[in-house]
Amino acid sequence: MPLAKLTSITGRGVTVPGNDIDTDRIIPARFLKSITFDGLGEGLFFDARKATAAAGQVHPLDDARFRGARILLSGANFGCGSSREHAPQAIQKFGFKAVVAESYAEIFFGNATTIGLPCVSAARADIARIEAAIAAHPEMEITVDLAAQVIRFAVQTVKLTMRDSARDALVHGRWDSIGELLEGREAVIATASQLPYLAVPQK
Amino acid sequence: MRTSPRNLFDKVWDAHAVRQLANGQTQLLIGTHLIHEVTSPQAFSMLRDLGLSVAMPHRTFATVDHIVPTDRQTEPFSDPLADAMIKALRKNCAEHGITYFDLASGRQGIVHMVGPEQGITQPGTTIACGDSHTSTHGAFGAIALGIGTSQVRDVLATQTMALGRLKVRRINVEGRLGPGVYAKDVILHIIRTLGVNGGTGFAYEYGGAVFDRFSMEERMTVCNMSIEGGARVGYVNPDETTFAYLKGRPYSPAGAAWDEAVARWRGFASEAGCHYDDVVTIQGAEIPPTVTWGINPGQGISITEAIPDPTRTAAPDEKAAIEEALAYMKLTAGAPIKGTKIDVAFLGSCTNARLSDFKEVAKYLKGRHVSPGVKAIAVPGSQIVGKLCAELGIDRVFREAGFDWREAGCSMCLAMNPDKLVGDQLCASSSNRNFKGRQGSPTGRTLLMSPLMVAAAAVTGSVADAREVFGIAKN
Repeated sequence: MPLAKLTSITGRGVTVPGNDIDTDRIIPARFLKSITFDGLGEGLFFDARKATAAAGQVHPLDDARFRGARILLSGANFGCGSSREHAPQAIQKFGFKAVVAESYAEIFFGNATTIGLPCVSAARADIARIEAAIAAHPEMEITVDLAAQVIRFAVQTVKLTMRDSARDALVHGRWDSIGELLEGREAVIATASQLPYLAVPQK
Repeated sequence: MRTSPRNLFDKVWDAHAVRQLANGQTQLLIGTHLIHEVTSPQAFSMLRDLGLSVAMPHRTFATVDHIVPTDRQTEPFSDPLADAMIKALRKNCAEHGITYFDLASGRQGIVHMVGPEQGITQPGTTIACGDSHTSTHGAFGAIALGIGTSQVRDVLATQTMALGRLKVRRINVEGRLGPGVYAKDVILHIIRTLGVNGGTGFAYEYGGAVFDRFSMEERMTVCNMSIEGGARVGYVNPDETTFAYLKGRPYSPAGAAWDEAVARWRGFASEAGCHYDDVVTIQGAEIPPTVTWGINPGQGISITEAIPDPTRTAAPDEKAAIEEALAYMKLTAGAPIKGTKIDVAFLGSCTNARLSDFKEVAKYLKGRHVSPGVKAIAVPGSQIVGKLCAELGIDRVFREAGFDWREAGCSMCLAMNPDKLVGDQLCASSSNRNFKGRQGSPTGRTLLMSPLMVAAAAVTGSVADAREVFGIAKN
């Protein structure tokens, strides 16, 4: 089955503010106790949401104004910490189709790209402008245009950046690399034959 | 023909690069694939759905670590979810002919302990595992990558993954470390200095006099936390220390193959005058015993420093980060970190649960006792470490001091087993992450430090300078 070409994503936005938001916060480890990825959406930011509610406040993800948001906004070094793919899986299963943040931790970024969850970067001031527009008009639609490398909202347009290899993979529908990796089988065998430690041990 | 001098990363990368992919990334051959129960079951399901098999079962090794109860490892586990996970791993390994170090093997442990112990982790190789602390294996001069589950699937099915080349930052730690300063302090200091995202896009190559003298276990402690500094990969060039550690291990080459392997491994080391994208030099003598006070591993201070005060910084980001951390940690700005009362002391994890960690602490713990009211647990990282500690009487020293001595696993580092903080307990921990809720309670609090500092906190009941508690001259 060919993969979708993710050239542009449109939807309403919501911000989970802060820098260095780690994957334990995105999906606490106890939600990893499963042999599938099912139901992970419910665990998204679980403890943060509960703590916010306990403090008598409303977490953005529980705020009725932002219900149904498809684009998640956040700060710098988003997704740092553990390599758990459960983190982007939880974001995707919650209903998000793209993330806009200042920057990402490496493993999270790769994991998200591989499951077709575009993680684009934008300048802090630009993210702040989008956030201000969302706060004023939560029903406003935002378009993350990977092909044109811009984010459009209201009547504004700001620049987005993304590593070329990831953007290329998403817009051309080859973000899941398994097919291409399998095609390289002959070349893999040739490379492996040059590395003594890969030889099948003699019984 | 003379080629220009190359660093280890480039040599290992070039030896394992299969071809370029359409998006510009490299199809990289992964020589050694380590798997465990948390991030592999979904990958095996994906393989089944795609009708694929495991490409190189003889280069795939499994163990069980995250969910294993450490009070008693006997099955069935009381947690049915955990029980399903170990059963799935066992079944997947049997079905695909994968070597599995099960609970009954005597060789089970945290996956990052098992690879080196068995001699599976070798210089000049590429290693991947669905766990971010895979960087540990870089201590042997390997490119060791933490990966997600879809990539676990990729490696199972093709023994390769798609990756872009990393830049290399050389980090020199020169001179000598002060007394009572350990490898853990070195990496906490590096992360504090370069930041939790300072390593994004980089492989960290650690070197200098301090690393030359370090044992393999100390090198592993540093490489382990590379990811906490944002670097996906951390490594030390292989040398005589590396070869001596590997000699005679179950999966190490033997006989004539050993000499050939050593010659080959030597050839992977970075050459004098090679290119680095960045170089950072730190003086070992300037590294203090370090302890974290906040909610990420970069929020660390010397044991003699005060907890940061948000009003003393002009940078709005830093101010917000300090305020958020202090509110969660329930600590007071400007107060000394020393003397902060603790509830739990945890000595374990893939960062610091090796024989040398327990040996060093036992040296000072003899005749001391855990402070009343402190729950102290010591969890060897592997069954082999547990056995060696028992043979040397180290477990007895810990037990007599009032520590709970446990069986091997990840335990309270991330609390996927029954070992958890309760409520807002404050834990002095030898582990690697102090994120909110990391140790199993959504309000639990973690202070990262070296094993000896954990022991000092355990016996005094509060964060303490191990040099003072155990009479180690400060120079």
